[in-house]
Amino acid sequence: MSSQDIPEETLPSKQGEHEGAVAAAGDPFADPGIPPHEPRIQDIDERAARRSERVVAFLFVLSMLATVGFIAAYVSLPVDKNIFVFPIGHISALNFSLGLTLGVALFCIGAGAVHWARTLMSDVEVADDRHPIEAAPEVKAKVMADFAAGAEESGFGRRKLIRNTMFGALALVPLSGVVLLRDLGPLPGTKLRKTAWSEGKMLINQNTQLPLRPEDIQVGSLTFAMPEGLKEEDEDFQKQIAKAALMIVRLRPENIKDKRELDWSADGIVAFSKICTHVGCPISLYEQQTHHVLCPCHQSTFDLSDGGRVIFGPAGHALPQLRIKVNDKGYLEAMGDFAEPVGPAFWERG
Amino acid sequence: MSTAADNRRKAPAGERVADWADGRLGIYSLAKANMRKIFPDHWSFMLGEVCLYSFVIIIMTGVYLTLFFHPSMTEVTYHGSYVPLQGMKMSEAFASTMHISFDVRGGLLIRQIHHWAALIFVAAMLVHMMRVFFTGAFRKPREVNWLFGFLLLVLGMFTGFTGYSLPDDLLSGTGVRFMEGAILSIPIIGTYVSMFLFGGEFPGADFVPRFFSIHVLLLPGIMLGLLVAHLILVFYHKHTQFPGPGRTNKNVVGMPLLPVYMAKAGGFFFLVFGLIAALAGLASINPIWAMGPYRPDQVSTGAQPDWYMGFSEGLIRVMPGWEINVAGHTLVLGVLIPLIIFPLVLAAIAVYPFIESWVTGDKREHHLLDRPRNAPTRTAFGVAWLTWYLVLLVGGGNDLWATHFHLSINTITWFVRIAFFVGPVVAFVATRRICLGLQRRDKDKVLHGRESGIIKRLPHGEFVEVHEPLSQEQLHTLTAHEQPKPLELEPEVDENGVARKAGAGQRLRVKLSKGFYGEGTHIPKATAEEYQEITSGHGHH
Ligand code: HEM
Ligand code: FES
Repeated sequence: MSSQDIPEETLPSKQGEHEGAVAAAGDPFADPGIPPHEPRIQDIDERAARRSERVVAFLFVLSMLATVGFIAAYVSLPVDKNIFVFPIGHISALNFSLGLTLGVALFCIGAGAVHWARTLMSDVEVADDRHPIEAAPEVKAKVMADFAAGAEESGFGRRKLIRNTMFGALALVPLSGVVLLRDLGPLPGTKLRKTAWSEGKMLINQNTQLPLRPEDIQVGSLTFAMPEGLKEEDEDFQKQIAKAALMIVRLRPENIKDKRELDWSADGIVAFSKICTHVGCPISLYEQQTHHVLCPCHQSTFDLSDGGRVIFGPAGHALPQLRIKVNDKGYLEAMGDFAEPVGPAFWERG
Repeated sequence: MSTAADNRRKAPAGERVADWADGRLGIYSLAKANMRKIFPDHWSFMLGEVCLYSFVIIIMTGVYLTLFFHPSMTEVTYHGSYVPLQGMKMSEAFASTMHISFDVRGGLLIRQIHHWAALIFVAAMLVHMMRVFFTGAFRKPREVNWLFGFLLLVLGMFTGFTGYSLPDDLLSGTGVRFMEGAILSIPIIGTYVSMFLFGGEFPGADFVPRFFSIHVLLLPGIMLGLLVAHLILVFYHKHTQFPGPGRTNKNVVGMPLLPVYMAKAGGFFFLVFGLIAALAGLASINPIWAMGPYRPDQVSTGAQPDWYMGFSEGLIRVMPGWEINVAGHTLVLGVLIPLIIFPLVLAAIAVYPFIESWVTGDKREHHLLDRPRNAPTRTAFGVAWLTWYLVLLVGGGNDLWATHFHLSINTITWFVRIAFFVGPVVAFVATRRICLGLQRRDKDKVLHGRESGIIKRLPHGEFVEVHEPLSQEQLHTLTAHEQPKPLELEPEVDENGVARKAGAGQRLRVKLSKGFYGEGTHIPKATAEEYQEITSGHGHH
């Protein structure tokens, strides 16, 4: 390494002041130096050494056998066969055999090499010198002089006009790169405020794909719905359902504590956004006695009998409610889109 | 091949290849400096190797996976051999992951090796960082390498997160949604960042291909560069060593790279790889078929990210849901504050080396490691940080804790909230005390010898335990550490009578220095005089 020829004087003065090797004679804590080498059994007994050799060779042979086993498993085991392995349970036979044989093949190479190194290679400790990382003053002086000469020859400091215009050009040119990122996506606009719901859209049962009637909704159960016209085959289905997903419960009107909630309900049926207002997980658990719904992600809990208010957890605002009615044909339908954005809050939400 | 020159005695083939390479690459000079380079031995020095090897395993298995994985969100219908999902609509990304798991022979094994290795990689980095931290190996001249390592840890976490999201399954999709929600909370630009990242509204059809190039190209490329730089610096600085007989700040004691270290390190690669392969054969990881493809309106309960994201999960779970609405705008503090604390938790440990060197004012090179007990303030800080991290991990799994230990989520949330502030302080104080206790024990050992377990009866009937004096080697090892003195403020008036006021920075520095090294922060180590006094007394017993 290039630091090899740096003189000792560059060592910081206090370097290694506790070094025992140079301690005054009679210091009980002085460094006794590297302890003498203690021979291992393999160093003195050739039979022990040969035993070690056989162990290493055995491990290497075992590795070879395991590789053969790996290939045999690969060609002979069907990809869909399951076996029972205690205590893991039913697992893929192929995956199990490939993993185990590959594991053994690799592990034995490693174990062999380490055993070889520990028992048969020399274990005599040796010391190497260290050299300071910092350059000697002469080296540094030479570098500084070289740099000054280079800078002087370029005229960088003297010709201010060149320097300033160059900085200007270098500062501007990355802007092209920034501009190129513009088409990564559209501007937010009002996208986060609108969902697929609008006036007159019927509530479609997620499970049956049929329009929901009030009598389909029982007290105590949570029903999931999506807007009429949205199809799983649609190209933007994922994007739409991420905002439009709805959950519906039936409450006794006298249990609804919030005045607006009651106004927006139909026959005691209330519809709320299924998307948690924390960071957007879908809500999935309903507790029928308390009318609470729970988001499984971070346990935000909302009271569906009280305007979807947050009663526990990290969510910051109530679940948006969808205003619904029963139409002339006896189906549930939306009276418009959600009045406020669904899902997590954002800067422009207000 | 049969020219006259060939009649001369030929060097062996290997030597001729080496000569060829030397003429073009200068390999002999390189080998001269490095082939018999000395490496000190200690079990904890293998932790960095575990990082290196798991990284290599991740790259190899990852390349294999790219041969079969389709980073596309185009909707397809599943027709593969896993019956329960047949006929289901899913993205190509999910379908190709199913293909790898059920139709490519050995594909599942490689997938599971890749994922297990990723978990072990990040864990190994964290533990390696702890070993570097607690032994003070980050001190001059290794601060830059500490930073390289720290960057690797952060990048490793993000590489893991992007990779976890690629199969587009229900669990990882939930994680991506979490990320999108967090991005939306950023004031002013949040919605724009989200639209630009996802190519429109969440989830859109772009995030898998985008995450794919970040996961397989951008981040691993940067990491590879940093990793090479990290290892070059380890070679250049030469490895640190623990104090002991013959070990000084100016030498490095151990065994040569060729053959011992090479055999051990090379062998260790195979040990690590073998264990991970066997683990991947036995233990299933991320069984996406059990979760199903992602739908934004569905969720699996007990959703948990990979462990290294757990502490951010903890932050977001225990944070109260604060939201401020002013002038038509929303400040989503409940999400924004965790988003800010997340990097701060990491940064707290990253900047510590620089704080320590500023406080000590120590400009020397350090190649001898500290035993953690001999640097009580540093050790206490490290344990406090770990406590912080663990408290948040507990918060991240609050539902699991609640179900396993029959506690209410509310209790756990409040426990985590309080422990977030109190835990590190308690850990700091307790650790410092334990360190002092251990120092005291070391001192006793030096002065009075080791307890031998042999009980002797004195002539007047008293029982005493015989203490065996320590060997010279042990005495040296236990007393080789330094005990830094705190900085002092320079006198307000210098020798010429000119008033000179220390700046606020300097005063803070002296204060901190007192806190680090002042009274009560260490047990003065045994001195030669004390030792001689006691040992000469011993003879008369
Ligand atoms: C890709 C991840 C990493 C790899 C492959 C890696 C690899 C290594 C290896 C092989 C060594 C020498 C053996 C040892 O001391 O364990 C080492 C030393 C070191 N590492 Fe890392 N490391 C990684 C991450 C980190 C992290 C996260 C930190 C801390 C923030 C760090 C800081 C250091 C320092 C300061 C040294 C020098 C230690 C000494 O000489 O005592 N490394 N690293
Ligand atoms: S997303 Fe529902 S609690 Fe976090």
